[in-house]
Amino acid sequence: MARYFTDEHEWIDVDGDNATVGITDYAQEQLGDIVFVELPATGTMLDKGGDAAVVESVKAASDVYAPISGEVMETNAALEEDPALVNTSPEEDGWFFKMTLGDKSELEGLMDAKAYKAFCESL
Amino acid sequence: MSNPNASGWKPEMTPSEDGLHNGPATVTGNRALMLEEPLLFEIGQLDETGVDLPEPRSDAPNRLGGFDRTDAIGLPALKEGEAVRHYTRLSRQNYAIDLGLFPLGSCTMKHNPRLNEKVARMPGFADVHPLQPTSTVGGALEVINELAHWLIELTGMHGVAMSPKAGAHGELCGILCIRAAHEARGDAREVILVPESAHGTNPATAAFAGYKVENIPATAEGRVDLEALKARLGPDVAGVMITNPNTCGLFERDMKAISDAVHAAGGYVYCDGANFNAIVGKVRPGDLGVDAMHINLHKTFSTPHGGGGPGSGPVVLSEALSPFGPLPFTAKTADGVVHLVEEENAAEFAHTQAFGRMTAFHGQMGMFTRALTYILSHGADGLKQVAEDAVLNANYILRSLEDLLDAPFGASGPCMHEALFSDAGFEGGLSTLDLAKGLIDEGYHPMTVYFPLVVHGAMLVEPTETESRHSLDQFIAAFRNVAERAKAGDEALKQAPYYAPRRRLDETQAARKPVLAWSDAE
Repeated sequence: MARYFTDEHEWIDVDGDNATVGITDYAQEQLGDIVFVELPATGTMLDKGGDAAVVESVKAASDVYAPISGEVMETNAALEEDPALVNTSPEEDGWFFKMTLGDKSELEGLMDAKAYKAFCESL
Repeated sequence: MSNPNASGWKPEMTPSEDGLHNGPATVTGNRALMLEEPLLFEIGQLDETGVDLPEPRSDAPNRLGGFDRTDAIGLPALKEGEAVRHYTRLSRQNYAIDLGLFPLGSCTMKHNPRLNEKVARMPGFADVHPLQPTSTVGGALEVINELAHWLIELTGMHGVAMSPKAGAHGELCGILCIRAAHEARGDAREVILVPESAHGTNPATAAFAGYKVENIPATAEGRVDLEALKARLGPDVAGVMITNPNTCGLFERDMKAISDAVHAAGGYVYCDGANFNAIVGKVRPGDLGVDAMHINLHKTFSTPHGGGGPGSGPVVLSEALSPFGPLPFTAKTADGVVHLVEEENAAEFAHTQAFGRMTAFHGQMGMFTRALTYILSHGADGLKQVAEDAVLNANYILRSLEDLLDAPFGASGPCMHEALFSDAGFEGGLSTLDLAKGLIDEGYHPMTVYFPLVVHGAMLVEPTETESRHSLDQFIAAFRNVAERAKAGDEALKQAPYYAPRRRLDETQAARKPVLAWSDAE
């Protein structure tokens, strides 16, 4: 399983033809306390870079973008009851949705953990 | 009575942690004139009534058709005096422009002149009803028409839609005009461009009107990136929405070049005029190529807002968009009579392409009288001074604090009506929120925080033109004191406010688990 990062601070775990998406620890740190997460409906077709979810904190509401194109297969129901999971465990329990991996070539250009760390430090 | 507020967590007046202000506990929970106030439902007696009504005649026929009430209503009954006290006590815990400087950036909390109130209360304006025959409300129609005239004059535009009820409603009106104009020429366009420096309502409006929203980045100096905008223009772009002056408190210098480029690509320019108070009497948006712009009468033209009164957001329109403006509106004929133009008589006034209505009636009449009073009492020279003083006051704040606080666009030249700072340099994990809470202890409503999003820990301060130098100096002294504590990592600031009727509220919990309705535990 490989993990990639976007410059919009989403992470994506790729496992064969499926992927799991969430927002990074850096992102939740910047947003502050998360109070609401709006997830896409299962079956939604996402375009790479298009709106996929909305995350609302005490400071701001922000769009979460699809790191790649594909179909939403499952969403994290736990976030509806407990959006704070995004703060406490952004890169594990606080995942947003699982999706199909339509086109593997779309992963090119995403960052690996080392590159993303350097990217955050440059901000 | 038992506690009917079981559903709702309510914080208590807690003793101050420094121990300096802890006198003996009081039975009532009051602290002299600082009064605890229960909810209305906790004061009222459910089985009493505040009004004496005669007993119904025993032989009165029942005409309720089986809809007789069978259970208690469950509404609290209060005597008039109790109701008055309840709201007066609550008002004492509130902060208002009539109590002190209200530096809420982007909101323009300026003084509401009492002359406006006097005029709005004149019976001929205050006691009219929108369904009265128009022949009986000639004066009110004349006011709407006169205000419309001055808004057009001040903005250098061609027409105006007076009916929108607030800024975002005006944005929607303007965007619907743009849509109607494209549809009239059979041109289907689906994208609205919104720069990062625009108001947050702009992308929401465009999305609500069915457009796809695309961001345009800001330059390092906090303005629209003209080249990025030009590069994105094309046959699918219906228009752009630009806030000018923008939310970084800067004037968009390239506005004319932006408009020219958008027009050349077949699009229209919407300008968010929420910050018109910084340029009224100095700049006419029509000269900059703007096609539609809302004006917040409750900001620039001093009508009350922020809980004190309804908003009002007339939209001025260019010659290209005016034919599509909504009904109703007023028009003056050569005989000096002001008419109300509605669906029935729109053809007589050659206005057959209106996209529809924004509201049932004419708009916020009470705000129209106040805004016109403000315009006429200031005159052209006075309005110009409004803009000059608003900008002067904001720059005074900017330059009085920038040695202490990071001003990310301080080098971009003078700011307009508001000064923007970031949280750079705060120590000990202290944040913008802590500084804001510290200002409450100093007796001020905090500035706007965490907006605009392009600045980390943003603090947006808008003093408005109605504050004196003395008032600004006092505010700056208070602000500096709290900012110095934030930069020194003063742990105590994390617990602020200490002296407010309520200590720091759990805003996160309130947003995650909101209690929106009172419910009886029994």
